[in-house]
Amino acid sequence: MELVSNTQNIVDFISQPWHWAVSGAAIASLVFFLTWMGRRFGVSTAFQDLCKIAGAEKFADYFRYDLKNSYWRLAFIAGAIGGGFLASTLLVNPETIELSTATVAHLQNDWGISAEQGGGFLPVDLFNFSNPKGILLTIIGGFLVGFGARYGSGCTSGHAITGLSHLQLPSFLTVIGFFIGGLIMTWLIMPLIF
Amino acid sequence: MRLLSFFSVGILFGIIMTKSEAISWFRIHEMFRFESFHMYGIIGVAVALGVIIIAAMKRLKVKTWRGEFVKYKALPLNPTRHLVAGSIFGLGWALMGACPGPMFVMLGHGFGIIALMILSALLGTFTYGLLRHKLPH
Repeated sequence: MELVSNTQNIVDFISQPWHWAVSGAAIASLVFFLTWMGRRFGVSTAFQDLCKIAGAEKFADYFRYDLKNSYWRLAFIAGAIGGGFLASTLLVNPETIELSTATVAHLQNDWGISAEQGGGFLPVDLFNFSNPKGILLTIIGGFLVGFGARYGSGCTSGHAITGLSHLQLPSFLTVIGFFIGGLIMTWLIMPLIF
Repeated sequence: MRLLSFFSVGILFGIIMTKSEAISWFRIHEMFRFESFHMYGIIGVAVALGVIIIAAMKRLKVKTWRGEFVKYKALPLNPTRHLVAGSIFGLGWALMGACPGPMFVMLGHGFGIIALMILSALLGTFTYGLLRHKLPH
């Protein structure tokens, strides 16, 4: 009984909203683990691996390499899916995400989007399979992320976290790019299409 | 055994990404509108500690599981490529509020539309593979 109640306490403890400093330290611990395990934290290379598995090497030499060095990454993303499932079932926040009131007001007043949609994770009224506009935006957004991440040889994990941890100038410039594109989308394009 | 370890770190990643709220479309939108410190705090702490961790591992000559010292194979510096590629990525990131890691975590949450986003990202990756020799690197 004591074990059960202790376990419940731990689950409750993890389930409460995390302070940003705790989250940042937790991400840094991933950098430590993966580096110690002899690998470099970076997720978007998995796109290249998945294309290769789907047979892309017949079409471009970019996909001609030994997949053996990527098994760890495939295990990692399988875990990420599992972790997402666990977190959304066992470790759900008692409250919705505490966004800034300015963001909540802007979304509601300008675009009619309630910040409580999708448990505070995704505006599901737009992004779902019965909304043609949402489907189109998802296809465009996914394409840009996949193309940009591979052209830049890395995404947020590979450049903003790992590359910067190694004090890499190319990563710093790529992160500047993330923000150039992100700000153009958020301030110039989204007001036109949302 | 090793794959199981990487799978476990992946689970940890999924939980951390969820609890940090970094997978939230709303958090990313808020970040690009500069209306909260939350995401900047997360990235700032992660990078500051990451720099210390990597520097310490190098100085202490920690050997990895692969029996090597911590090293980094640097990309050749090409500002145009970094800025252009980063910007293309940023456009998609801000629109969808999800970058590659969170995409897999969101799939685990059961957001089915994210499966379409992943497929589309694979198409983007494939297109890059086809065009690679025509792009500046």
